[in-house]
Amino acid sequence: MGFSGFKVIKEALTGHRGWQPLWRDAAPKPQYDVIIVGGGGHGLATAYYLAKHHGVKNIAVLEKGWIGGGNVGRNTTIVRSNYLLDGNQPFYELSLRLWEGLEQDINFNAMVSQRGVLNLYHSDAQRDAYRRRGNAMRMHGTDSELLDAEQVREMYPFLNFEHARFPIRGGLLQRRGGTVRHDAVAWGYARAADRLGVDIIQNCEVEDFRIEQGAVVGVQTNRGYIGASKVGVAVAGHSSHVMRKAGIELPIESHVLQAFVSEGLKPVIPGVITFGAGHFYLSQSDKGGLVFGGDIDGYNSYASRGNLPVLEDVCEGGMALMPMLGRARLLRMWGGVMDMSMDGSPYIDRTGLPGLFFNGGWCYGGFKATPASGWCFAHLLATGQSHPTAAAYRLDRFQSGGMIDEKGQGAQPNLH
Amino acid sequence: MLIPHPLLGPRDASEFVYKGDAALMNRPDGFADDAPEAFVQYAYQRSNPRGAHRELWFHEQGDRSWLIVTRDTLTHEVLDCQLADPRRAGGSQ
Repeated sequence: MGFSGFKVIKEALTGHRGWQPLWRDAAPKPQYDVIIVGGGGHGLATAYYLAKHHGVKNIAVLEKGWIGGGNVGRNTTIVRSNYLLDGNQPFYELSLRLWEGLEQDINFNAMVSQRGVLNLYHSDAQRDAYRRRGNAMRMHGTDSELLDAEQVREMYPFLNFEHARFPIRGGLLQRRGGTVRHDAVAWGYARAADRLGVDIIQNCEVEDFRIEQGAVVGVQTNRGYIGASKVGVAVAGHSSHVMRKAGIELPIESHVLQAFVSEGLKPVIPGVITFGAGHFYLSQSDKGGLVFGGDIDGYNSYASRGNLPVLEDVCEGGMALMPMLGRARLLRMWGGVMDMSMDGSPYIDRTGLPGLFFNGGWCYGGFKATPASGWCFAHLLATGQSHPTAAAYRLDRFQSGGMIDEKGQGAQPNLH
Repeated sequence: MLIPHPLLGPRDASEFVYKGDAALMNRPDGFADDAPEAFVQYAYQRSNPRGAHRELWFHEQGDRSWLIVTRDTLTHEVLDCQLADPRRAGGSQ
């Protein structure tokens, strides 16, 4: 089923009775060429690019719950490519370029909205750090603009510029950044992959890996054994739990990150704004809710819910940045489980077991990476070689000295 | 979340700083032949269990004691709480 303006009008006039499910409810076959464990955004994107660009015919995506029920439907929908380090920036720029062409590519309205991401700075030192970051971005071909306080005031006059402790001095703006409708990303990739013959198997949890002669040859699931030449694991949040079944320990801690939505308001925040003096970021969804978040709770957790001190901290940050926020009521809050890696950067790599590949460690920045993560993981699965933009995302980088520590925090996963 | 401090009774978790897996108390011998590998394992690898997790909490806004809290990472329920004793190994079990 293709989407077009004609189809939308026709359905509107005929009571919307002609829409079909976007993907088949596939049953597992006994053997696949590639199994992707995890039907989140990254897993679905991987399957799609494997089928589309690498000609792999026989692919299954195994999802323990339902499509769109995990972190792909729980994030704050921001996309950007404003990284500093060489190991990261080309990868995230690839991702943003893929976002820019995504809707035409998968014929699905993902509501990609390049409304601009503005990171505020509040001191001379922070301005210098952002100038450096902006220059690093430009050297990789990414847009960035350093704004002074007056330029920020023109964009967002309602911010608290004269805050006694954290006056706003300016910001680093990436106009190509913005937001994407996260559910539509999951649905769109699932539909596009399904149309290329990928089996999307829901309610199918991997219980064990079958290892023969030192190589992975398949997975045991609650729906029976499924064989595969290659298995790619993309289950961020639960990576340690799944990979332990293959006897692999990871440089990852699982933490809970909360997000918040206000009641629906008339359009007031045109872009994405981040507070530089605390950890607070905010945008407004097309439904009108203010979507915002801040720090992780900071302790190991697999519970998809957090505690009240973080709520208090996030709202304090919001009030410091934008006092008018105090007039809005908080409607919903929720938590998602994050793979916090030891340097704040992800992994897309082979493992010590032939046939088993790993994608994870996305910390709380996985959503923006969805297309490039799928692109690069598909490249790795198909060719056995890392994609050039993801070559630094190695599992052994702590041993080899190749850490990608954007924040310079060291091996403290709860500080990234 | 309340941490049942063995000396002070239940205290709010926000008084504490989380310091990670209690296995971090088992610092490897820096003079051993396998020290480089052991330190990579010690500093970067985590067992990260789903369920009971023995972990270090530092009572920074309180009596500045270090505690080993056993907590269920699926429910946040605190199962046990003891003073960390540097003479005894931490261990992640």
